[in-house]
Amino acid sequence: MSSPVSRGFRHLRRPSAGEEGRVPPGQYVTQGFPVLSAGPTPHTPLPEWTFSIRQGGDTLKSWTWPEFQELPAQTVTADIHCVTRWSKLDTVWRGVSVDTLLGRVEHDAPYVLAFCDGGYTANLPVKDVTDGRAWVAFDYDGQPLQAEHGGPARLLVPHLYFWKSAKWVRGLELLDHDEPGFWETYGYHIYGDPWREQRYAGD
Amino acid sequence: MMLDGNAIGGLLHEVFGTEMTDAEATCATCGAVGPLAETVVYLRGPGTVVRCRNCSGVLMVISQIHGVNCVDVGGLTALDPHRAG
Amino acid sequence: MARTAVRGRLTWQVATVTSVAEETDSVRTIGLEVPGWPGHRAGQHLDVRLTAEDGYTAERSYSIATADGEPVAITVERLDDGEVSPYLTADLRAGDELELRGPIGRWFVWDTSDGGPLLLVAGGSGVVPLRAILRHRQRSGSDVPLRLLYSSRTLADVIYHRELDQYRDGAQVIYTLTRSQPPGWTGYSGRVDAAMLAQIAWPASQHPLAFVCGPTRFVETVAEQLVAVGYPPGRVKTERFGGT
Repeated sequence: MSSPVSRGFRHLRRPSAGEEGRVPPGQYVTQGFPVLSAGPTPHTPLPEWTFSIRQGGDTLKSWTWPEFQELPAQTVTADIHCVTRWSKLDTVWRGVSVDTLLGRVEHDAPYVLAFCDGGYTANLPVKDVTDGRAWVAFDYDGQPLQAEHGGPARLLVPHLYFWKSAKWVRGLELLDHDEPGFWETYGYHIYGDPWREQRYAGD
Repeated sequence: MMLDGNAIGGLLHEVFGTEMTDAEATCATCGAVGPLAETVVYLRGPGTVVRCRNCSGVLMVISQIHGVNCVDVGGLTALDPHRAG
Repeated sequence: MARTAVRGRLTWQVATVTSVAEETDSVRTIGLEVPGWPGHRAGQHLDVRLTAEDGYTAERSYSIATADGEPVAITVERLDDGEVSPYLTADLRAGDELELRGPIGRWFVWDTSDGGPLLLVAGGSGVVPLRAILRHRQRSGSDVPLRLLYSSRTLADVIYHRELDQYRDGAQVIYTLTRSQPPGWTGYSGRVDAAMLAQIAWPASQHPLAFVCGPTRFVETVAEQLVAVGYPPGRVKTERFGGT
């Protein structure tokens, strides 16, 4: 049974003519930037912040915030797509490419698990965070990334549903298998391609 | 958005088949006991995350997957309807 | 599909809007005719579901603004960046249908048998369920002592102002205005703090029951302060409001 239509109720925009092809199936375009979280906003002081690459219990490489700021950074303009059905076009970020970070360690791991303050995790194949497909972003829209949006730094992986772009990221764990992260454990898709509408496990 | 268990009263009723805001929940992480109404609830995300007000541990996650409510209550050691208060 | 007649089942049903009344520039009370409404307790809420023509749905919860025995009504504050409240406070009109389910809630509720003395603390639109408690107390002839401390930004933002000013007989309404006060204002100014509560809250020795409702930060500050002056946490009931 379908719900009765509410007279005159309009909502987030369906894609307009110029946007067709930029918006995956089932998504609506938003002008805002909704704040969605699974837990309290962490507030790690920058002097205590580090980003680490780990494998098998070892830390292969770690950067403090000043060291991280010394790394080459890129400005990225991307469309982002949340599994809750909103998409935001032409978002502008600044961050360090994950290629730069993984390029500093020797590894042949096929998978990563991003880990974050507060305990959130998200899993990805290494090939989806390399070759210019992912960043650790610390600026949004020309300003330092706000805490509620994942600051001081979050993962940015625009080609997948935005739950993979883990907020408050503190590092990547290199793994030989695909380990379900937070939302993947609760029924969300292990990969999450918005263009194939891979929202839930088994889609 | 961060609210409390009152905000998901309808969803909880849908999931459990009865009114649950006054159900007494025991946290598996820290042992704290209290009504679901007083838990910390994160809404509008991919799923609904219910956390312990005392330790922030995850008590329950409710995801709506292809129209079906999927509930993980692994963060609770006990959940007793109509016991609190 | 016939609505289930099993009492206690929470199902979506279609109600009809009977009236809309502007309470302030951004707040509206919506009167509803709800077929088969089973009655409700003061403090309960209902869930509203809007459906667009393409099937997109949005759900929100709103406290019931009236007492049992009165027509069901909700009071909605318009949030400018909201998705649902702009529709409910501007587009919706009498005669429209509104899909809802309720009543919901068994914790943040007050029955006369719960006694008092009652301390109600409202931040902004958090006054809505507390007004239902006030009306229920009055309709049932209860003489439980009651104080409502109601925090608003300005006098123009006070919801139900005329009605609240008329309470006597053991129900006392105390206002505080946080952003600006009119000339000659004799009420409180500024945010609810420990000093204000010390003057207004029933002493813990009287075993009061408190209901605190409003934005998350407001509720947590006030609840913490009440516990600090000796209210047992189990005697401070809270309901946090937020978003669109």
